[in-house]
Amino acid sequence: MSNTKPDFGKKFMALVKGNPIAVLLVLAAVIVGFRVPNFASWANFGNLMSNTAVRFLIALGVSGCLITKGTDLSAGRQVGFAACLAGILCQRGDYTGRLWKNVPEMNIFFVFIIVVLVGLVFGLVNGLIVTKLHVPPFIATLGTQTIIYGIALVISDAQPIGGFQKIYTKLITGRIGNTRGFHLPYLLFVALLFGLLFWFIYNKTRHGKYMYAIGGNEVAAEVSGVNTTATLIRIYTTAGVMYAIAGYLLAAKSGGASASMGTGYELEAIAGCTIGGVSTTGGIGTVPGILVGVLVFELLKIILQFLNVNPYYNYVVQGLVIVIAVALDIRKYIAKK
Amino acid sequence: MSEYVLEMRDVCKSFPGVKALDHVQLKLRPGKVHALMGENGAGKSTLMKCMFGIYKMDQGQVFIDGQPVQIKDPMDALNKGIAMVHQELQPIPARTVGENIFLGRYPMKKALGCIPIVDHKKMYADTAELLKKVRMNFDPKQKVGDLSVSQMQSVEIAKAVSANCRVLILDEPTSSLTANEVEALFRIVEDLKAEGVAIVYISHKMDEILRIGDEVTIMRDGQYIGTWPASEMTTDDIITKMVGRELTNLYPPRNNVPGEVVFQVEDFTSINPKSFRHVNFELRKGEILGVGGLVGAQRTELMEGLFGIRSHSAGKITYKGRELKINRPKDAIDQGIAMLTEDRRGSGIMGVLSVADNISVSSLDKYLDMGISINSKKVEQLVQDNVRKMNIKTPSSKTQIKSLSGGNQQKVLVGRWLANDPDVLILDEPTRGIDVGAKYEIYCIIEELAREGKSIIMISSEMSELIGMSDRIMVMCDGRVTGFVKGSEATQESIMALATQFE
Repeated sequence: MSNTKPDFGKKFMALVKGNPIAVLLVLAAVIVGFRVPNFASWANFGNLMSNTAVRFLIALGVSGCLITKGTDLSAGRQVGFAACLAGILCQRGDYTGRLWKNVPEMNIFFVFIIVVLVGLVFGLVNGLIVTKLHVPPFIATLGTQTIIYGIALVISDAQPIGGFQKIYTKLITGRIGNTRGFHLPYLLFVALLFGLLFWFIYNKTRHGKYMYAIGGNEVAAEVSGVNTTATLIRIYTTAGVMYAIAGYLLAAKSGGASASMGTGYELEAIAGCTIGGVSTTGGIGTVPGILVGVLVFELLKIILQFLNVNPYYNYVVQGLVIVIAVALDIRKYIAKK
Repeated sequence: MSEYVLEMRDVCKSFPGVKALDHVQLKLRPGKVHALMGENGAGKSTLMKCMFGIYKMDQGQVFIDGQPVQIKDPMDALNKGIAMVHQELQPIPARTVGENIFLGRYPMKKALGCIPIVDHKKMYADTAELLKKVRMNFDPKQKVGDLSVSQMQSVEIAKAVSANCRVLILDEPTSSLTANEVEALFRIVEDLKAEGVAIVYISHKMDEILRIGDEVTIMRDGQYIGTWPASEMTTDDIITKMVGRELTNLYPPRNNVPGEVVFQVEDFTSINPKSFRHVNFELRKGEILGVGGLVGAQRTELMEGLFGIRSHSAGKITYKGRELKINRPKDAIDQGIAMLTEDRRGSGIMGVLSVADNISVSSLDKYLDMGISINSKKVEQLVQDNVRKMNIKTPSSKTQIKSLSGGNQQKVLVGRWLANDPDVLILDEPTRGIDVGAKYEIYCIIEELAREGKSIIMISSEMSELIGMSDRIMVMCDGRVTGFVKGSEATQESIMALATQFE
């Protein structure tokens, strides 16, 4: 195994060249870590991991849509809806502000299943609109985004939702280790589990190969016997399930929910994917790449927070990073001519 | 004054891993047709793209009228009098003929004395004038998307003429034209020659080169082999120099024996009244059925209808005694039918995906472990088998297919279908845009498949290919089947007579 080392070096350099933004941000994090107290702390690290975990699930969901040259603008609202639904159903039986008073206190795993099923239906609807009605994904999900927000407002009565069962919040914000020292949040394991699952789906299953084929050339895929309609429906449905899971986790993580939860998450997820190398022209994107993209984006947010940047500027910086990431991605293809 | 209008000297161009051009030269005389020949991947298109400013050359010089020049981009090339009609036409289908021709240099006028606006009146008048010059009489305001391929090509040539070009590059201009249209094109070429335009003519068709070419430059594997007067060359000379070896036969010997009828089509009719209608034919085991006709005869549409890419309103398909219901390609594939489509880039390759992904996409069911996980070793085995069997030139199975040459892409696509082990194979223009060597290899594969008992339907616009490869030839005209000819008895005239039987 004498040749593994230079190989690794080469691969490392390729990684640096391929992800200039990621490398810059990691460098920035190191610098901030040395200069700002508390940045390089276990608490902050755990926080970063929990945040990244939820965003990663959403990004995994939307990645299939992006790889097949589509998009899903309803992601954020679906997360918000799932958070509301999970929140309402997980309220304590003795909580005075309960929204649905005639529903008994429910088992939180049962709630999980309900939330996932509703997410599945939303995703399925998106998939059907895109494939059967041939509405472009951008417009289709723009429409469902608004519809789902409306439904979330209706079921939550536009009120903040609190008073969750202890077990719900405790389980999801739980961790291995001590908050003050080294610890690994449970959410991290959830994210890793789904990361592995998606890696397997994308690389080892027919569905994954068909997804890349559709992104590469949808007509050719159809002609080659790929059931493009079924594949796309599966992709949008899976996305809905992922948003539902993310919403369920997010409500518990935040200890409360409201219809406005998840606003703009679709853009963060798309940004994370793009920074992580999911190509806007279709057919390209890997799970490790998406993880790096999301992590880097979360890192950026935490850095800005620790540098005490006016939160309003955060949007400006995040937007710039998205544009630069896509511009750099496109450059790779231009340079090949 | 130099005797050459344009001269390229010592041109080199490398792509990652490939030396596409290796000290190549090209000298064009005014008023002459200069044929540029070589197998696919020999570097012809790359050289032309360097001339036209699409690629930057790594080394070498370009001279116009003996003066060294730099060509920065296609706009610069056009300004210097170089125009190019691309192998794959790139019009804007939703816009009119006039707008396509004057794209980027619309004639302008001032509205209200100061606001610049497009002068549509002048644009369409000029377009009409140009169309007359290329002997085409269609409406300048017609949408380009409604034109036939040959008409689109005329539009492209008109565009080049309108730029007052001194050098015109025609990249495989006749690959999708019928005999009549080729004649029309040659008349335009003669007109341009008379005006002193130097024409670079890229084609794989020997008879054309020998007929209209004045000089021939031959390239092989990115290298310059030489330039000769066309009158001193024979087809055999050219082929030998192109492939660097003797090529004795154009078509392989045929040993396939057609057996019993396996595939039957009755009264097959499109949902589009202008497309194929009341088509009846049968196909035998081990038979090669050629399908001939002019462009627009609806041959592709018929085959795509049988394969489920297009819809039909009536008709019956019987396969081995069973009636088939085909509504989408998957239905046909499940029954053991395969179709290599005509438009390699549009409906064949998935450009950004690897050779392995491209070759395995329609047969993934075969490489599953436990019904779910794809075994990449089996896929790799498939790729390696095909690479060996069909002599596919690719750096690795992970290479993006878009970086292979056209012939090698086509072989990958053939491999994709063979991986399914189909019984009926529909091939739509299987050798279009493919060099002589690769063509022969593909013919051999077709013959071998027929010998194994597979039934082949082959659409071709090349008469000699139809006659040389088919057991029977079905000829279509304007959506109808006008007749069948035995391959051994077929002549160009007999096929042409059937192909022009308009109602």
